[in-house]
Amino acid sequence: MFLQQFFNALTLGSLYGLIAIGYTMVYGILRLINFAHGDMLMLGAYFLFFGTVAFHLPWGVAVVVAIVAVSMFGIFVDWVAYRPLRKAPRISALISAIAVSFFIESLAVVLFSGLPRPVYQPDWLITPFTVGSSRLIPMTLVVPVVALVLVGILLWVVYRTKPGLAMRGISHDIETTRLLGVRVDRIIAMTFGIGTALAAASGIMWALRYPSIQPYMGVFPGMKAFIAAVFGGIGSIPGAMIGGLCLGFIEIMAVYFLPTLSGYRDAFAFVLLVAVLLFKPTGLFGQRLEEKI
Amino acid sequence: MTTKTRNLVLTLAAVGVAYVVIFIIDNHLDAYKIRILNLIAINAILAVSLNFIYGFGGMFSLGHSGFMAIGAYTSALLILSPAQKEMMWMLQDVAWPFSVLQTPFWFSLIAGGFVAAAFSLVIALPVLRLGGDYLGIATLGFAEIIRVLIVNWASITNGSLGIKGIPPHATLYVNYTCLFVTLYCIVRLLHSNFGNVIKAIRDDEIAAKVMGINTFRYRVLAFCVGAFFAGIGGALQGNLITTIDPNMFTFLLTYNVLMIVVAGGLGSITGSIIGSIIITVMLEWLRIADSAFSIGGLTIPGVPGMRMVIFAVALLAIILYRREGIMGMHEFSWNWLFGRGRGNK
Repeated sequence: MFLQQFFNALTLGSLYGLIAIGYTMVYGILRLINFAHGDMLMLGAYFLFFGTVAFHLPWGVAVVVAIVAVSMFGIFVDWVAYRPLRKAPRISALISAIAVSFFIESLAVVLFSGLPRPVYQPDWLITPFTVGSSRLIPMTLVVPVVALVLVGILLWVVYRTKPGLAMRGISHDIETTRLLGVRVDRIIAMTFGIGTALAAASGIMWALRYPSIQPYMGVFPGMKAFIAAVFGGIGSIPGAMIGGLCLGFIEIMAVYFLPTLSGYRDAFAFVLLVAVLLFKPTGLFGQRLEEKI
Repeated sequence: MTTKTRNLVLTLAAVGVAYVVIFIIDNHLDAYKIRILNLIAINAILAVSLNFIYGFGGMFSLGHSGFMAIGAYTSALLILSPAQKEMMWMLQDVAWPFSVLQTPFWFSLIAGGFVAAAFSLVIALPVLRLGGDYLGIATLGFAEIIRVLIVNWASITNGSLGIKGIPPHATLYVNYTCLFVTLYCIVRLLHSNFGNVIKAIRDDEIAAKVMGINTFRYRVLAFCVGAFFAGIGGALQGNLITTIDPNMFTFLLTYNVLMIVVAGGLGSITGSIIGSIIITVMLEWLRIADSAFSIGGLTIPGVPGMRMVIFAVALLAIILYRREGIMGMHEFSWNWLFGRGRGNK
C-alpha cells in the first residue's frame, strides 16, 4: 500500500512540478503571475481528446499535436494580452491575465460544453502489475520519468544554449539585455512557448492519470502549482520541480496517514503557502528580490 | 450658506429623492426589474469594497467571493429559527451556538460583516507582510478554502446541500439603505487621515515607511474594512436569493466584481457605482446571447455560456485599450458640478 501511495505522490508531484516551471519562468522574467497558465493544462487535455476522438489521429501523433498547438496558443496569448502591457503598471498585466483565464474557461464551456468527458487511456499505461504486496500501474512510473526527461531538456536549454542565456539575462535586467542586442520580445515569446508546452504536457498526463476532463480542471492544479513555485523559490527551475514534488507528497501522504482530512485535501497547498510566506518568503532556492527605490 | 452646508443639504436632498424614486419603483415596476435594481445595489456595495482594498489600498485581493460566502452564511445561520435549521440539516445535527440562536435581520447583517472581517484578518496577517505579488493568489486560494470548509463543515453549514428558505429581507429599501451607509462610511474613511495614509502607501510604500507610518498595520486595517463590506454584500445577496450553497461562491463571482471595479475605474467610488449599473444591466441584457434570437428573419441559435465569453473579452478590451476605466480616478462631487459653470475649482 505504501509503495503505491509513494508512486501516486511522485506522479502528482511531478505534474505539479511541470506546471510550476511555467509559472516560475514567466514570473522570473516578467514578474507576472500568469493566471491563464492552469488553463493551458486544460487545453492540452482537450486537444488530446479531440485529436483522438474527433480527428482519429494516432495516439502518439495526437499528443505531439496537442502540445505544439497549446504552445502556439501560449505565445499568441502573450502577444495579444501581455505584450501591449509591458510598459504598463504590473497590476494591469495581472488583470489582463485574469481576463485571459476567464476568457479561456468561458470559451471552453461554450466550445467543449461544461460536462466532464472521459479520456481514452492506452492499455499499456494502466495494466496493473504487482510488486510485493502493492499493485502499481505503469503510468505512475512513466509520468515521473517523462517529467524528469522534460526538466533535463529544459535545464539544458536554459543553462547551455544562447537563448537560455538570453532568458537568464532578461530575468536579471531586461533593459541591459536589450542593449546587448537580444531580441527581448522574441525570447519572452519563447519562454511562454516552453512554459505552455510543459503545462500542456502535464495536462495530457493529468488527463491520463485522472481520466475525466472539464473546462475548469486547470484552475486548482494551476493555483497549487503556483504555490509549489513559491515554495521552491520563485524564479528557480529546479526549485519549482522540487516544490511540486513536495506538494504532491504532502497532499497524498497527509490523506494516507490521516484519512479524516481527505475532505480538506485542496486546502493543504494554501496552508503551505501561508507557512512559506511566514517563515521563508524566498522559498527553498529563491534569491531575495530587492525592492528598487 | 457655506459650500459645506450647501453640499450637505444637496446630499441629503439627493438621498431623499432616491428614496422617493425607490418608493415609486417598488410599487410600479415588475419583479424582474426590481431584482435587477437590487442586484445593482448589492454589486455596488461589493465593487466599492473591492475598490477600497484594491483601488485605494493598492492590495490586489481576489478573496471577495470568500468574504461574501462568510457573510451570507453567517447571516443565514443567524436569521433562521432553530426549528428550521433542525429540519434542514440532514447530514449532521446543528452545532451548538446556532442550534439555539435566532437574531433579527439587521443584527445578522452586521454580524456577517464582522465575521468576514475577522476571517480576513487571518489571511491578511501572514500575507500582507510581504509585497503585493502573492496576495492575489493567496486570497484566491483563501476564498477556495472557505468553500472547502463550507462543504466539509456540515454541522454548521449543512455542507453541499446549502441553506434554503432564508426570508427575503433584502428589499429595495434595505439594499439601497445599505448602499448609502456603505458609501457614507467609505467616503468618510477616504477623506480622513486614514484614507490619506492608505493612498500614500498605495502610491509609494517606501516613502510612506520613511515618513514613519506603520504601513503593515494600515494595510491590514484597510483590508479588513473592505472585507467587512464584502461580508455585508454577501449577506444581502443571500437574503435576496433566499438560497445559498457553496457552489454559488466561486472565483467567478470575484471576477464579476473585479470587472465592475476595473470598468468603473480603479480608485474612483463614482466609477464603481456607474460600473455596477452598466455591468449588471449588460450582464442581464447579454442573456439574449445565451438564447436563440433572430435579426431580420435570420435566426441565430443561442449558445449557452456565450455571455461569459463576451464578458471576458470586454474585460480584456478595457484593460488593453482603456486601462483607467470609465472614470479614471475622478470623483463626482457637488463642487465639481457647480464649479464647472463658474470656472473655478
